[in-house]
Amino acid sequence: MPGLGTTFGRGGATTAQQDLVNADAILIIGSSMAEAHPVGFRWVVKAREERGTLVIHVDPRFSRTSALADLWVPLRAGSDIVFLGGLVHHVLSSGRVFREYVAAYTNATFLVREDYRGPEDLEGMFSGWQQDARGYDTATWQFEVDESGRPKRDQTLTHPRSVYQHLVRHFARYTPEMVERVCGVPRDRFLEIADRYTACSGPEKTATICYGVGLTQHSVGVQIIRTAAILQLLLGNVGRPGGGILALRGHASIQGSTDIPTLYDLLPGYLPMPAFGPGTETLGRYLARHRTPSGWWSHFDRYAISLLKAWYGDAATRENDFGFGWLPRISGDHSHQGYWLDMADGRMDGLFVMGQNPAVGGPNAALERRALANLRWLVVRDLVETETAVFWKDAPDSATEVFFFPAAGHAEKAGTFTNTQRLLQWHEKAVDPPGDAKSEAWFVVELGRRLKTIAAADRSPVNDGLRALTWDYALDPVSGEADASAILKEINGWHVATREQVVGFRDLVADGSTACGCWIYAGVHPTADRNRANERQASGRYGHGWGFAWPADRRILYNRASARPDGRPWSERKALVWWDETRQLWTGHDMPDFPVGTPPSYVPPVDATGAATIAGDTPFIMHADGLGWLWVPNGLKDGPLPAHYEPLESPVVNLLYAQQDNPVADRRSRPDNQWSRSPDPDFPYVLTTYRLTEHHTAGAMSRTLSRLAELQPALFCELSPALAATEGVANGDVVSLVTARGRIQARALVTARMTPLVIDGHVVHQIAMPWHFGSTGLVTGDVVNDLIAISEEPNVKIMESKALLCRLERVPAQAS
Amino acid sequence: MPDGFFTDATLCIGCKACEVACKEWNQVPADGFVWTGRSYDNTGGLGHSTYRHVQFVERIREGGPAWDFSSDVCKHCERAGCLEACPTGSIVRTEFGGVFVQPDICNGCGYCVVSCPFGVIDRRPDDGRAFKCTFCYDRQKAGLKPACATVCPTESIQYGDLDELRARADARRDALAARGVTDAVVYDPRDTSIGGTRAIFLVRGSCDDYGLPAAPELPSVRLRAGWRSAAGTSLLMAIILAAAFLV
Repeated sequence: MPGLGTTFGRGGATTAQQDLVNADAILIIGSSMAEAHPVGFRWVVKAREERGTLVIHVDPRFSRTSALADLWVPLRAGSDIVFLGGLVHHVLSSGRVFREYVAAYTNATFLVREDYRGPEDLEGMFSGWQQDARGYDTATWQFEVDESGRPKRDQTLTHPRSVYQHLVRHFARYTPEMVERVCGVPRDRFLEIADRYTACSGPEKTATICYGVGLTQHSVGVQIIRTAAILQLLLGNVGRPGGGILALRGHASIQGSTDIPTLYDLLPGYLPMPAFGPGTETLGRYLARHRTPSGWWSHFDRYAISLLKAWYGDAATRENDFGFGWLPRISGDHSHQGYWLDMADGRMDGLFVMGQNPAVGGPNAALERRALANLRWLVVRDLVETETAVFWKDAPDSATEVFFFPAAGHAEKAGTFTNTQRLLQWHEKAVDPPGDAKSEAWFVVELGRRLKTIAAADRSPVNDGLRALTWDYALDPVSGEADASAILKEINGWHVATREQVVGFRDLVADGSTACGCWIYAGVHPTADRNRANERQASGRYGHGWGFAWPADRRILYNRASARPDGRPWSERKALVWWDETRQLWTGHDMPDFPVGTPPSYVPPVDATGAATIAGDTPFIMHADGLGWLWVPNGLKDGPLPAHYEPLESPVVNLLYAQQDNPVADRRSRPDNQWSRSPDPDFPYVLTTYRLTEHHTAGAMSRTLSRLAELQPALFCELSPALAATEGVANGDVVSLVTARGRIQARALVTARMTPLVIDGHVVHQIAMPWHFGSTGLVTGDVVNDLIAISEEPNVKIMESKALLCRLERVPAQAS
Repeated sequence: MPDGFFTDATLCIGCKACEVACKEWNQVPADGFVWTGRSYDNTGGLGHSTYRHVQFVERIREGGPAWDFSSDVCKHCERAGCLEACPTGSIVRTEFGGVFVQPDICNGCGYCVVSCPFGVIDRRPDDGRAFKCTFCYDRQKAGLKPACATVCPTESIQYGDLDELRARADARRDALAARGVTDAVVYDPRDTSIGGTRAIFLVRGSCDDYGLPAAPELPSVRLRAGWRSAAGTSLLMAIILAAAFLV
C-alpha cells in the first residue's frame, strides 16, 4: 500500500467499484478482474455496455477479463513499469498532461536538490546508495527549500530541477520502441492503447486503473503502483468521478486486515508500530517522529493516544505515557518471509494460523511445510482440516504438537467485512456453527482471558501490559461468544468520561479523554444503537446509506480535486464536490474529503496548527503539503521515482539500465531458497501464477466443496501451441514444471490464449498456472507455490510470485 | 404471461455462478471430478446432474484470441418432446409455462431422454429417474426468479416475460451491430415443430458452436412418415409372402 500511500496519502483504493460506470476508459492491469472479482466486474460490463466506456486489459494471458475487453495486449510478466512508464512518457511527450491540475494539485512544481542524481546519471541507481547498508540515504532526494523551510516552486514547470522536468527526463527512455523491446508489446499496438487511454485527460474526461496482485507481487511491486499513480496524477484522474486507482483486494476484508492490521509493522489506522531501539522509548519521541507540523497527520497524537486509551483504559494515564511502554516493539524482520525463515532455522516456538493456509499459499511452500516441523506447537483454526493442519503427515520426524480448532464461517457469526473500496458492511449470523466451531472473536477473547489470568498470578513486569489490557467484553451465556457490535463500538471510539460514542475522528483528542480502537473507522458506530455498517438504504450516485466507507463515509478519496482551485467543478460532466458560496461549505454527490468549512481561498497563517494548516486548494490532506506526490522524497526505500528493474529471475538483461534488478530487494538466498541466473539456459521460460473464478486462494474453501471442485478438478498449466510444439507436448499431457526451488506436475492446457512474445528480437515463452491445489480436499494437486522463492520487495517485503523462470518437461505416460 | 430465459452470451464472463447456484438451490449432486482439457469446461454438457452449463468457445477473431461464453439450459419448448413422450404423466407444463418433471411420479422409463431434440434431459444412473432444469418452479411459486438468473453478476441470464425478452434480444443484437459487432445472432427457433422455446439466446458466431441446433424438431412429427413406411413395408412383405405361395 505505500505505492498509493506515499503518492496520495492513504494506502487504500481511491475510488469505488460503482464509480467505474463514470469512467471514459478503464485500464485493468495486473488483475483478471472478471475472474477474481466477478461481482465487482459487473460495473465494468455496465460501463462498457451502457456508457460505451473503453475497457483495456493488459495481462500475460488472455483471460475471462480479456474476453470482455475492447483491447487486450499480452506483456511479459514483470515488465509493468516499462508499460506504464511508456504511458507516462506518452502523456508527457504528447501534450496530454492536465497542466492546470498538475500545477495546482501535485508537487510537479517543487525543485529537487541540486545534488540529486538519478538512474539517467547512475546506470539505473539513485544518488545516496550506501553499499554497506544495501540501501539509500534519501538526503539528496529532498526538495530545495527557501528561508522559511518551504520547498521552492516553479509554477511554470520549466525549471530544469522541477519535479516535472525530472519526470520528463526520467521517462524519456520509456519510449514505444522500448516498450516493444522489453514488454513484447508491438509498438503500434502500444500506441493505440496509449492514444486512447491518455485521451482521458482534462476537465471533461476521466479514466480508472484497476489492479490486483499481478502488480504487487513483484520485487518492484510498490514502484509499479507508483508508476500507475503518477500516470493518473498527470492525467488529472484522481479524486474525480470515473478516475482514480482501484486496488482490487484478493478476498473478503483484506482491506480491513490492513486497516486493523495483521501486518507486523502497523498499529490500527496506519499508525506505525514502534521499533526497538533509541528514539522510540517514550511516547513523546514516538509522537515527535510521526506527527507532521501540518496536514492531517498533525493529529497523529490524538489517534495514537486514543488507541492506547482503548486498549489500556483507566490504566493508561498521562503519567505512564498512556501505556506506550507496554506496546511490543519491532526487533527485526517479522514479515511473513522473515518469520518463516526464522521458523525454518528453529528460532520460533509456536505459531497461530488463522484464516491462512501457508502450506499451499506461502511462497516456497515446501520450505514453509518443512519449517512447521521445527515448531514446538502449532495452532490451526480453520473451516476444514487444511494442508497446514496436516503437514505432519509428510513430515514423520516432526515433533510439532498440532492443535486444530474448528472455525465458524461468515454466515455463522456476526461482524463486518471491509471490502476493496474501504466499505464496512455488517453481516448477521444466519445459522449456528456446527459442533465446536467458534468465531475468531471467541477464540481471541478466550485466549486473552486465559493469558490475563496467567498474568494476574505472575506479577513480573513483562506482564504489566497484559494486566492493564481492557478485556471486558460481555459474553453470550450460551455460546460464550463476545458481542461483535461491542467490539465495533470500541473500534469507533467513545468519550471516556461519559462512554458516549464519538461521532467521528474530529471528536478525538490527545489528552486521554477519548478512546478509539481505529481512528479511520470512527463514525461507523456514532451512537450506541446506530451501526452504520449495517445500514442498507442506499441513495444518491454513490450509495450513501449502504454501509460505511472509511474515512467519514467518503466514497471517492481526495474528491476536493474534482473541483478547480477556486472551488467550481472542472466540468459539469465530471462534477463531484464543489464549494457552495452561499452556504460557505463544500457539498456535492459525496462526503467532501476536505475540511468542510475551509473556503478555496483559505491560506493558512504561519502559526496555524492541525487542520488549520490545510490550504483551501490542496486536496491531498493527508500529506503535510496537501499535494499529490509525483516525486516521493520520503517513505520509499527504492527511489523517489519508479525505475524499471528486471524481476529477480528474468529471461533477459535489463535493457534500460546497467542495474539488472532492484538493488534494495532481498533474495533471502540460501540452500533451501535458491535462484536461477538471469537469463538461465536451464530455465528458459517465464512462469506466472493466477487465480481461477472457481477456486478460492489456497483452496480450503473450494476444493472441499463438490459444487466448486468439479468445475476445476485438476491442476493445469496454460501454454501456447508454439511452446507445446517446441516441447512436444499435446493438450492434456502430464508435464513437469521445474524451477530452482522445486518440481511439480500438472496437466498441459494448450491454448492460443497464451502467446509467445518477441523480447528484443528473441522469442520468450510464458507459462501461466493457477495456484489453488494441495493435498487435501475433494480434488488435489501439486502445490504451485513450491516453485516460488521467498524474497522481499524492500518497502512491504512481498515476495515475487508473478514473474519467475522455469523449464517444462513432458512426463512419459507410464511415469505420470 | 409466459415466462422465459434470455441468455445474452455477449455479457457472460464465464464465472459459472449459474451452475453453482443451480446445483445449490436444487440440491443437484456432483457428477464427477473430471478434468476435460477442453478450455475451462469441465462440466461437459447438460445432463441429469447439470441443469446449467457454461460453454467456453475459444477461437481466433480479427487475428487475435477470442473466448466466447454462453450458459446453456433446458429450452422449455412450447411443444416439448419429453412431455409428449412421458407415459406416466410425470412431466407436466406448469402455470409459468415451464416443463417440469415430477420426481415422485417418474418411473425412469427413459422415453423422454430420446425424445428431447436438444439432448437435455437424462436419467441419473444410480437413481434411474430423469432430471433436468425445473425452471426453479419452487422459486417461481414464491415469486422469485430462478437461482441462475438471480446470481448472474452481469445480467447475462435474464428472466421475465418472454415477449419482452424477445424484444430485448432483438434490440441488443441491433445495438451490437451498430457498434460493429455484426456476428451476434438471436437463437429463437419458432418455425419448427417445437413451436418455439422459452429459453432464447444471443450468441456470437454460429449457433452450432454452442450446440444449438438450427431446426430442432419433435420426434413425433416423424411418426406419420414412420407409420406410413411401416405400413408400406408390411404390405410389401404380405405381397412377397403371398407371391411365394402362389408361385
